[in-house]
Amino acid sequence: MATQHSRSAARFMMAPAVILLLGWMLVPLSMTLVFSFKKYLPLRGGDLGWIGFDNYVRFVSSSAFWPSVQTTLIIVGGVLVITIIFGILLSILLDQPMWGQGIVRILVIAPFFVMPTVSALVWKNMLMDPVNGLFAHLWKAFGAQPVEWLSDASLFSIILIVSWQWLPFATLILLTAIQSLDSEQLEAAEMDGAPPLARFGFIILPHLARAITIVILIQTIFLLAIFAEIFVTTSGAFGTRTLTYLIYQRVLESQNVGLGSAGGVYAIILANIIAIFLMRIVGKNLDA
Amino acid sequence: MGQITLKQITKNFGDVQVIPPLDLQINDGEFVVFVGPSGCGKSTLLRLIAGLEDTTSGEIDIDGRNATEVPPAKRGLAMVFQSYALYPHMTVRKNIAFPLRMAGLDKDAQNAKVESAAEVLNLTDYLDRRPGQLSGGQRQRVAIGRAIVREPDAFLFDEPLSNLDAALRVNMRLEISELHQTLKTTMIYVTHDQVEAMTMADKIVVLQAGVIEQVGTPLELYHTPKNKFVAGFIGSPKMNFLHGSFSAGYSAESIGVRPEHITVSKTEGTWKGVVGVSEHLGSDTFLYVDIEGQKTAITVRSSGEVGVRHGDTVFLTPDPEKIHRFDNQGLRIA
Ligand SMILES: Nc1ncnc2c1ncn2[C@@H]1O[C@H](COP(=O)(O)OP(=O)(O)OP(=O)(O)O)[C@@H](O)[C@H]1O
Ligand SMILES: [Mg+2]
Repeated sequence: MATQHSRSAARFMMAPAVILLLGWMLVPLSMTLVFSFKKYLPLRGGDLGWIGFDNYVRFVSSSAFWPSVQTTLIIVGGVLVITIIFGILLSILLDQPMWGQGIVRILVIAPFFVMPTVSALVWKNMLMDPVNGLFAHLWKAFGAQPVEWLSDASLFSIILIVSWQWLPFATLILLTAIQSLDSEQLEAAEMDGAPPLARFGFIILPHLARAITIVILIQTIFLLAIFAEIFVTTSGAFGTRTLTYLIYQRVLESQNVGLGSAGGVYAIILANIIAIFLMRIVGKNLDA
Repeated sequence: MGQITLKQITKNFGDVQVIPPLDLQINDGEFVVFVGPSGCGKSTLLRLIAGLEDTTSGEIDIDGRNATEVPPAKRGLAMVFQSYALYPHMTVRKNIAFPLRMAGLDKDAQNAKVESAAEVLNLTDYLDRRPGQLSGGQRQRVAIGRAIVREPDAFLFDEPLSNLDAALRVNMRLEISELHQTLKTTMIYVTHDQVEAMTMADKIVVLQAGVIEQVGTPLELYHTPKNKFVAGFIGSPKMNFLHGSFSAGYSAESIGVRPEHITVSKTEGTWKGVVGVSEHLGSDTFLYVDIEGQKTAITVRSSGEVGVRHGDTVFLTPDPEKIHRFDNQGLRIA
């Protein structure tokens, strides 16, 4: 019911926020774009002029590129699978009436409030350490040789740490979705002769489809950018170098800003392809 | 077969007893209506029969077999929910076929049954739609269709028409009654609308606070209600109750007269009063008459063309044959 007048007033008042936000995004984005076409080595001569698409070609043809894409996809996919499967199970569990429900729910959300750096350090030093870690003690208690988690099963370890952080998010969204399911539908299915597993497959899962796509969409966007967990655990060694980490290494370790920027542009393109792809799915789901 | 017997069943939610010990016999092929005010335990009773709630004590027999511990799916009953409870992501066809699919019927047999049910319910054109694309009445029919294909021993309806508009409700009422005539299956129907109860039932069960006040045919309840609660609940508009000097002459604590059993005259009659509001329905006129010594206005149902207005003085005469007398317990004196 906005009139012409109130609409322009609204635009006027929103302007500062929009300009600030655009500036925030556009300045780094355009700087990245500019640098990606330059040979720029801060400690080895600084700005050495324009070089066209050289950086782009070099970034892709480097032997580290495809493995890093693959690592990224494995981590994102692994975390998605784990958080969604366990998220569904946990949310079903939390939906059951039980004693101390409020406290249990808060405990389940807790990992989400722990900073990634902190949680990765806790996992690294308290749980996965091959000498003093809890897992090592557990393995020893059964007479087994402690696993060197972060070097022998490095990818899996990182997936585990990141899943632990994102499980609360998935659980929370799926729990609200489960709670919105009309209990009469389940009762009707029960009377129609559907055993518990069939009720899950035919009623609960389709009802959760939309929430699941939303979890996938949001998590993917955030998971593509995980950095702290890798930085404090393996520093990109043992095959855990993701695309984000590779860019970081190009810029800060090799001091090649131009090459890193080109990688950044690739990452932006990749993220957008995935986002468009997922938006389509969600859009289709929201229509139905 | 669909004979259901409830023996001394009770239901507690925590410390609250919603259903005190209750006995009821429902015969094969009967159309039984549970009626009562909101919160009296109608839905709870139906859900106990369905098996969706566990009884606290007592026994439920279905066809002479103790079914108290039998899970809902194995009781041979089908339920139609107030919210329809259709599966929103399945087409109408899949919704109706769902119980058959769960029973492991093959695809052709499923389709044949679904199509014949759809024909009975006029749903043939909508089989490939989703529930979200149907009107309220059509959704209701899908829910009934899903119940019919199972060929249950008895149908359970929990206020199935309460989400429909008045005209559609009358239609669906007729359709359900016709369905009962065709299938001749036991039906248990919950409603708080006494008109639905009167028009559809073979047998009405009037409940109040979990207690059965009376069981009987619609006309039995109308003509010989057991107590004041049933007398006031059955019949529209409600029965008038008078106390004190009015009932003294009848050797009763109070008397009750139905609005349709009172005649209005401008010149003479038993009780003198002043016309308050009058509601003209065309066929009938409902007059609310204030008479001296009576707090609540007396409702009178008279013909459409009664020539009285607000503020007129009128005389009311109850039909002496049709006066119900109640003792100090509220029970009707025969
Ligand atoms: N799950 C439950 N837990 C506790 N109390 C309940 C539960 N279900 C119903 N009750 C109580 O039991 C009583 C009967 O409820 P019920 O739903 O059977 O009423 P009803 O006759 O169907 O009413 P309505 O006409 O409004 O549907 C109510 O007082 C209600 O508060
Ligand atoms: Mg109810």
